Amino acid sequence: MLRSRHLLGIADLTPDEITLVLDTAEAMTEIAARPIKKVPTLRGRTVVNLFFEPSTRTRTSFEVAEKRLSADTLSIAVAQSSVTKGETLLDTVRNLEAMAPDMIVMRHASSGAPHLLARLCRSAIINAGDGMHEHPTQALLDAFTIREHKKRLAGLKVAIVGDLLHSRVLRSNVQLLNKMGADVWACAPSTLMPAELPRFGVTATASIDDAVAGADVVMMLRIQHERMHGHFIPSTREYFTLFGLTADRVRRAKPDVIIMHPGPMNRGVEIDSDVADGPYSVILEQVTNGVAVRMAVLYLLAGHEAQAD
Amino acid sequence: MKLLLKGGRLIDPAAGRDGEFDLLIEDGRVARIGRSLPAEGAQVFEIQRGWIVAPGLIDIHVHLREPGQEHKETIATGTASAVAGGFTAVACMPNTDPVNDHPGITELILRKAAEAKQARVYPIGAVSLGSRGEQMSELAAQKAAGCVAFTDDGRPVASALLMRRALEYAGMLGVPIVNHCEDPSLKGDGVAHEGFHAARLGLRGIPGVAESIMVERDIALAELTGGPYHVCHMSARQSLRAVRAAKARGLTNVTCEVAPHHFVLTDEALETPIRYDTNVKMNPPLREAADRDAMLEGIADGSVDVIATDHAPHHADEKLVEFDRAPFGIVGLETCVPLVFDRLVHAGRIGVARAIELLSTNPARVFRLPGGTLADGAAADVTILAPDAPVTISAAALRSKSKNTPFDGWRLRGAVAATIVGGDVVYRNDGLQ
Ligand SMILES: [Zn+2]
Ligand SMILES: [Zn+2]
Repeated sequence: MLRSRHLLGIADLTPDEITLVLDTAEAMTEIAARPIKKVPTLRGRTVVNLFFEPSTRTRTSFEVAEKRLSADTLSIAVAQSSVTKGETLLDTVRNLEAMAPDMIVMRHASSGAPHLLARLCRSAIINAGDGMHEHPTQALLDAFTIREHKKRLAGLKVAIVGDLLHSRVLRSNVQLLNKMGADVWACAPSTLMPAELPRFGVTATASIDDAVAGADVVMMLRIQHERMHGHFIPSTREYFTLFGLTADRVRRAKPDVIIMHPGPMNRGVEIDSDVADGPYSVILEQVTNGVAVRMAVLYLLAGHEAQAD
Repeated sequence: MKLLLKGGRLIDPAAGRDGEFDLLIEDGRVARIGRSLPAEGAQVFEIQRGWIVAPGLIDIHVHLREPGQEHKETIATGTASAVAGGFTAVACMPNTDPVNDHPGITELILRKAAEAKQARVYPIGAVSLGSRGEQMSELAAQKAAGCVAFTDDGRPVASALLMRRALEYAGMLGVPIVNHCEDPSLKGDGVAHEGFHAARLGLRGIPGVAESIMVERDIALAELTGGPYHVCHMSARQSLRAVRAAKARGLTNVTCEVAPHHFVLTDEALETPIRYDTNVKMNPPLREAADRDAMLEGIADGSVDVIATDHAPHHADEKLVEFDRAPFGIVGLETCVPLVFDRLVHAGRIGVARAIELLSTNPARVFRLPGGTLADGAAADVTILAPDAPVTISAAALRSKSKNTPFDGWRLRGAVAATIVGGDVVYRNDGLQ
């Protein structure tokens, strides 16, 4: 049982709740192994996938999870153009509420948008990524993947490398890993480090070699080409030289290290192809696990709702 | 027409007066100040024990939104809010629609203010046409129409050359240039103070140096030109350091103001009590504790000249959006006195006389306005304060057309008892009578 009827971020979850989601997800993987991958758990419930920002990957993962739980689903891609035309988030939501959805899965470019929604509407809100703030189901699926391989989270050295400043994956993962007792290292060029990063409870470094040394898990984050316009990095070439994950650098990590990436990857910018496709990579497993974890979240929040009624 | 304010502690820092006096108003002017003045022929206003009679408070940084954005505020509602907040006069910012860069707009503002018959209104003109930062407005014509200062507030004067020329030209006219200091490239699309809380919430940051770097530049230009220069809504500790250093080396033409929210709140308000409350989104942003503490120090040690509210009304619908899409600003006229008394006076940081200096004497001095004193023959603009009275801020009860305040529900000590403009009692706090 989760305390909140929304999943807005890892910030609101206790370690016990995180464990509950991961354990539930484990039960869900069993459904994916059946010949008929469908259970009636969410029959008669309506889930709206409200995406203000394109993300085929996350949206598809949620849709598959919803369908496996037999929910009625509706996916709405809100074009940024309708937002710029003056239609507010509130307008969109008022229209949606007329359809009385039980849950809204929301992706939005503004940090805090799901928090606003949770205050204003009756549906349960699942944050599928808000601006630079949080992406809780990504962190949960990452934790699930790590636990599958390492059987634990506590005490592991996890290095997160890349654009820390703009990354919601970082913010969710750091909180989750801290709560579960991992030793988190965060590595980026100094221009892409959030203010007061050490107060996040991580060891901050600009040396990828230090970050990767002895690591159990290396999590790479995407570097966007646009970052060059903000003077964050001089070139992707220089970035790769200083921060790219190469086979050489992987050798500094533990022999059983796993390499993760939330995708989509920029090969040759943050990660070398032979690492991305190499023996330590669990990048495709992350995608598979995403469905199970999202099923678990939907299931747990729906149960919450049933009890509240 | 006579009005006798009987009893109370009269404090007028400009005249060096502080004691138990009666104040007699005749034909809108201060006629006599003395002990136990005879009441004959006068209407008597009994001032309760413990109340303070002060020269009318003056807020030199207010957005009245008219013309052009009357859904947020009008000159009538804004000046009603002013007198309810104890202000007998306000200086209004030129970022209306159209921008007040022309005598015609200045005249319109003055006419509407005269019709409203609440607080006095002193228009501030734009430094540049349309506040676009390109061509200087006709400052002399604007001054002749009634402008008391110039600013492109809402935006900085980004060009150092324009700032230099404006200071030279305004210096010739004897009017201050007021700058909203913010380096545009360092601000970028920031929406909150660049610090721990914005970083955790994933909000784009505005560093303190975005402000102080322009304060430093402006001080160098004020030194070069000798023009009167005033820093708007100072928020960063580095800016205060720069102003302090300028004053220490004798630059009497440099002054600054601080808004109540910057000496009361910090960026922690982005998360507590609720996350992403757009009522804590202002420009400059709420900064961290070290900055807030620096503002408190500057207020106590005299480095800060003026407390001004930066009253920035916005319609509820405009604030009910994603944090990064919401407009910057909060209303401030009616929360200022309680915050000043509760957080500065009762907290033991400053005395009552210093509070009046910050809210009345100095605003008049810096903008060279009439008022700010209760000298014989001065216009009878008077604010009566009940410093110990408990106040619960209620956004819904504000007289401003907009209710965007982060102080809703706050319990504070220090109230406005009455406001008198030109001898007329324009506001009386019935809750206290
Ligand atoms: Zn401003
Ligand atoms: Zn302003």
